Amino acid sequence: MQSIVHVVLAGLSNGMFIWLVASGLTLIFGVLGVLNFAHGSFYMLGAYVSFSLVRALSPHFYLAMLFGPLVVCLAGWAVERWFLRAVYRLELPYQLLLTFAFVLIFDNLVKIVWGAGALHPPPGLGPLEGSVEILGRKFPIYSLFVIAVGPLVALALWALLERTWIGRIVRAAASDREMAAALGVRVPALFTGVFIFGTWLGAVGGALAVPYVGVLTPGMGESIIIEAFIVAVLGGLGSLKGAFLGALVIGVLNAFGTRFFPAFDMALIFLLMAAVLLVRPRGLFGVARS
Amino acid sequence: MILELDRIDTFYGSSHVLQGVSLAVAEGEVVALLGRNGVGKTTTLRSVIGLTAPRAGSVRFQGQELRGLPPDAIARSGIAYVPDDHRIFPTLTAEENLDIARRLSPRRGAFGKAEVLELFPRLGDLLRHRGASLSGGERKMLAIGRALMAGPALLLLDEPSEGLAPLVVAHLTEVLERIRREGITILLADQNLRFCRRVCSRGYILEKGRVEHQGTMEAIWGDPAVVTKYLVV
Ligand SMILES: Nc1ncnc2c1ncn2[C@@H]1O[C@H](COP(=O)(O)OP(=O)(O)O)[C@@H](O)[C@H]1O
Ligand SMILES: [Mg+2]
Repeated sequence: MQSIVHVVLAGLSNGMFIWLVASGLTLIFGVLGVLNFAHGSFYMLGAYVSFSLVRALSPHFYLAMLFGPLVVCLAGWAVERWFLRAVYRLELPYQLLLTFAFVLIFDNLVKIVWGAGALHPPPGLGPLEGSVEILGRKFPIYSLFVIAVGPLVALALWALLERTWIGRIVRAAASDREMAAALGVRVPALFTGVFIFGTWLGAVGGALAVPYVGVLTPGMGESIIIEAFIVAVLGGLGSLKGAFLGALVIGVLNAFGTRFFPAFDMALIFLLMAAVLLVRPRGLFGVARS
Repeated sequence: MILELDRIDTFYGSSHVLQGVSLAVAEGEVVALLGRNGVGKTTTLRSVIGLTAPRAGSVRFQGQELRGLPPDAIARSGIAYVPDDHRIFPTLTAEENLDIARRLSPRRGAFGKAEVLELFPRLGDLLRHRGASLSGGERKMLAIGRALMAGPALLLLDEPSEGLAPLVVAHLTEVLERIRREGITILLADQNLRFCRRVCSRGYILEKGRVEHQGTMEAIWGDPAVVTKYLVV
């Protein structure tokens, strides 16, 4: 029992990182209609930039965590404004090809700037270092913090989209960009804004991962983007609610897999995805897109 | 003239749909675009609002050249567009569909939410409903209401009477008359000649992307040769 609770908690905190990447991915897909394969790269860049800032701004960890993702937003801006915008009209394979190119570009950028080897940030963050006892076993405080951040981000996103004017405009443009434009929405600028915001979400995930993962590698974007894709497909492409629940399920399932069937933990996830897609081809909360 | 199209050419990809369309609408007029299916009525309206921008010719609105401007800038200059398929935002409520138009427009006209609900009392019961749950007729009213909320000087209506029951068409006729009395100019595309005769003063008849005939609605209505050649299926 005790170990199961710990596995669930560890799974939830892992799931929150997947959620942060999947939320940006989902938002960008839902509004722009682009599947951004490079979204994991923003997570990676968020981690690396924040790592460097944590060192440079030490002991002001929080400033580093705040500014790191903002720096990555510049990369998001450049990608959307100068490259993606040109392929909105094209078929999905072209978009995937372009965004996949950015995966390679950002991987190499990281290798050039930070080196190809692994970096080892110290665990924890200021007052969030250390652990608390849960059912007689120690659990990192920082993981609890991460578990709290995920739902807060979900709640904030929901409020932003459903309860604010910018959210309504985003939803309008997501469902019908032509009509939105005909009513006065500057759609290209809106798309850039949404892409930057999605980038920020992924980069925040990366920044939060710095004191958590123990090791930064140039391939860390790829592993998380695969999980985020699975989550997005499982939840229904474009559905934030689906992405959130999907991330929780995948996170926890992954933790159980690693704990009890380490030989084939990813197989468990793919099995679940196949099973869900057999019953619901559009995912848990997917809707038909025109 | 509030709107002047001068020999515009509009394409879908490589297909040359509008071939030198010219027309003019005076302030306060209600003008019809007539013609059978596929002659280019919708494309003409889309050319004005900028959704399929003409590649040649000029579109002047209140003396300003619109060709080359993006649709959002054209909308803000005072033109509102009601597409034939309404294009209500499905995930927004009816009320949000109305409010968003006002929110996005820098202009204020005679029609606010109260006035729109007075024009279409039925919408009052539907304000909290999502756009996706409305019927075709309800969407049509909402789309006209949404366009009015933007405070336009010129209203573009695509097939406003299509698919409506005769009683509803009669109501729409009154609504358009009220809109006109507030000083809003209307350019509409419709295949219902009887309806156009009641609401429009003049008409342009399109055929294969060109203006083939123009005149007052009475003259068009009274010319059986024109009606059978260009309008009756
Ligand atoms: N999106 C499109 N792509 C290619 N051709 C189109 C498109 N929309 C309309 N057309 C063609 O343009 C011509 C004019 O269409 P349209 O303006 O919709 O006519 P109308 O509104 O008078 O029925 C038709 O031949 C139609 O097939
Ligand atoms: Mg048409």
